[in-house]
Amino acid sequence: MALLDIEDLRVTFTTGDGEVNAVNGVNFSIEEGETLAIVGESGSGKSQTAFAAMGLLARNGRATGQIRYDGRNLLELKQKELNRVRSEEIGMIFQDPMTSLNPYMRISEQMAEVLTLHKGLSKKAAIDEATKMLDAVKIPDAKNRITMFPHEFSGGMRQRIMIAMALLCQPRLLIADEPTTALDVTVQAQIMELMAEIRQEFGTAIILITHDLGIVADTCERTLVMYGGQIMEKGPTEQLFERPTHPYTLGLLRAVPRIDRDDETLSTIAGEPPDMSSLPKGCPFTPRCSFAHGPCPTVRPELVPADGFPALRRACHAPVAEVK
Amino acid sequence: MLNYVLRRIAIAIPTILLLVVISFVLMYAAPGGPFNSERPLPAQVMANIEARYGLDQPYWKQMANYVWNVVVHFDFGPSFQYRDRTVNDVIAQGFPVTLTYGFWSFIFALVVGVALGAAAAIKHNSWLDYLAVGISIGAQVLPNFVMAPILVLVFTLWLGWLPGGGWQGGQIEYLILPVIALSTSYMASIARITRSSMLEVLNAGFIRTARAKGLPTSRIIWKHALKPTMLPVLSYLGPAFVGMITGSVIIDVFFSTGGIGQFFVNSAFNRDYSVIMGITILVGVLTVTFNLVVDLLYAWIDPKIRY
Repeated sequence: MALLDIEDLRVTFTTGDGEVNAVNGVNFSIEEGETLAIVGESGSGKSQTAFAAMGLLARNGRATGQIRYDGRNLLELKQKELNRVRSEEIGMIFQDPMTSLNPYMRISEQMAEVLTLHKGLSKKAAIDEATKMLDAVKIPDAKNRITMFPHEFSGGMRQRIMIAMALLCQPRLLIADEPTTALDVTVQAQIMELMAEIRQEFGTAIILITHDLGIVADTCERTLVMYGGQIMEKGPTEQLFERPTHPYTLGLLRAVPRIDRDDETLSTIAGEPPDMSSLPKGCPFTPRCSFAHGPCPTVRPELVPADGFPALRRACHAPVAEVK
Repeated sequence: MLNYVLRRIAIAIPTILLLVVISFVLMYAAPGGPFNSERPLPAQVMANIEARYGLDQPYWKQMANYVWNVVVHFDFGPSFQYRDRTVNDVIAQGFPVTLTYGFWSFIFALVVGVALGAAAAIKHNSWLDYLAVGISIGAQVLPNFVMAPILVLVFTLWLGWLPGGGWQGGQIEYLILPVIALSTSYMASIARITRSSMLEVLNAGFIRTARAKGLPTSRIIWKHALKPTMLPVLSYLGPAFVGMITGSVIIDVFFSTGGIGQFFVNSAFNRDYSVIMGITILVGVLTVTFNLVVDLLYAWIDPKIRY
């Protein structure tokens, strides 16, 4: 049985200008110990999918469908039960480590409260445990630095602290929402390395939400490409990237700057992400897709096995036949 | 830290001296004097009285003498109006009263204001939020000179629960109406600031982290949200606290509480120079002190602020 199984997830925000459909019928699952990447542009619904799973949607947001963890639908849990799943079963880290740690509390306090609350440890035992975890994520001199405040650490160190804090109760799943976006490139690599080590050491399954395809290719077994709140394509990362056949995936890959090619200009996907309050009836990518034809604007493509790649699922009426 | 406090105190001294000079100049710029009355006194009598109080000396000398006495002897001089009392006597009599109802007004405004504002923010856009906003707008548009008679009308004349005035050494039933009348508009401001501040804090990333950690809502509010919420409230509380403990003439007149607010206004009417100066300096010193207290509290809340 899959560790986390999401079925027909829809997330809707009620705003002053009407309903905004951020996630529109997403299906996927992740196995124990697996790494899954969710990629897509800003506003593709990738973060909201994760927030829905953790019950962290903004106040005006509503999620429907099924998010089954260990057989239980997280969307139907009572607040108290959900609070036990958070941290104990699923840990989460966020995009901006500058603002995700409480600037007014010592690290020791922020970490210890997780353990005193979920594991019933005494404050002292909790701090000892937290110190060990900081050692594990390679915070130098953790024993002394744990009493410091977040602003006394660099961005990379803060993200390490966030990771350590998310792992305190040894959750089986770690959701990382753009964990490296706000960091320097060199620090990004260190954080990704750390995540890989964590996976080895603790066997934690990881959902990595990112728009950095380089990171995905290196670290994730499976990838899910989202656009307009829908899954465009999903499958083993290697197959997905080796011969991209979905026009959107192709566009994403082409937009990655390459140092080994002598390109004059950076390739982009023309047009803008769709207006989520009035999505087209058919494929949301149609207006920007150079392959679009007959059924594209009116019929929403099904996520079906792709020709020649049985492990791939693709939602497209006009898969690219030949990649130039 | 200690260095910072000492430096602030050093800055406070010229600030207060400047306050003394400005008050002195303004006071003497106003026409009339303490001994002017409907029927002018004979010139010789007037000269004698002025000599007695030192009013015949040049202004700069009067001011220098005054400052000297205040600083060296802690003597604010004799009252010009109450013949047998000094300013120290007037303050010693009135200030404890003002301090008592002012302090309780502050506590009331703070506790109710923060609770109301926080509840409104936590239950944003619910009936509780609208109620809290309604109450705070209502309290804000009712100044204390409107509040006071309404309270007396309801609680003294209609219900007969509480006395409509008097002090009686500050017994609780004499305290309640002045405290409510004085504190409601402060309470409303505190509620408003708390609400908007907490709404902002609740949207912060670290609150989302706290939720993702599985903390119960009560702990998120108390441990994570309240401290940063109080930062903007704090800058309002300093001057508000001074405003409350230095009283209000409305309260003193309306409830016959006998605080310094009443003395202050009377002294202005009567050109009772030394009482005006004494109370002005008192308010000035308190303002400077509590601004310093607020700044120190900032450092306590926000670890990024270090002096």
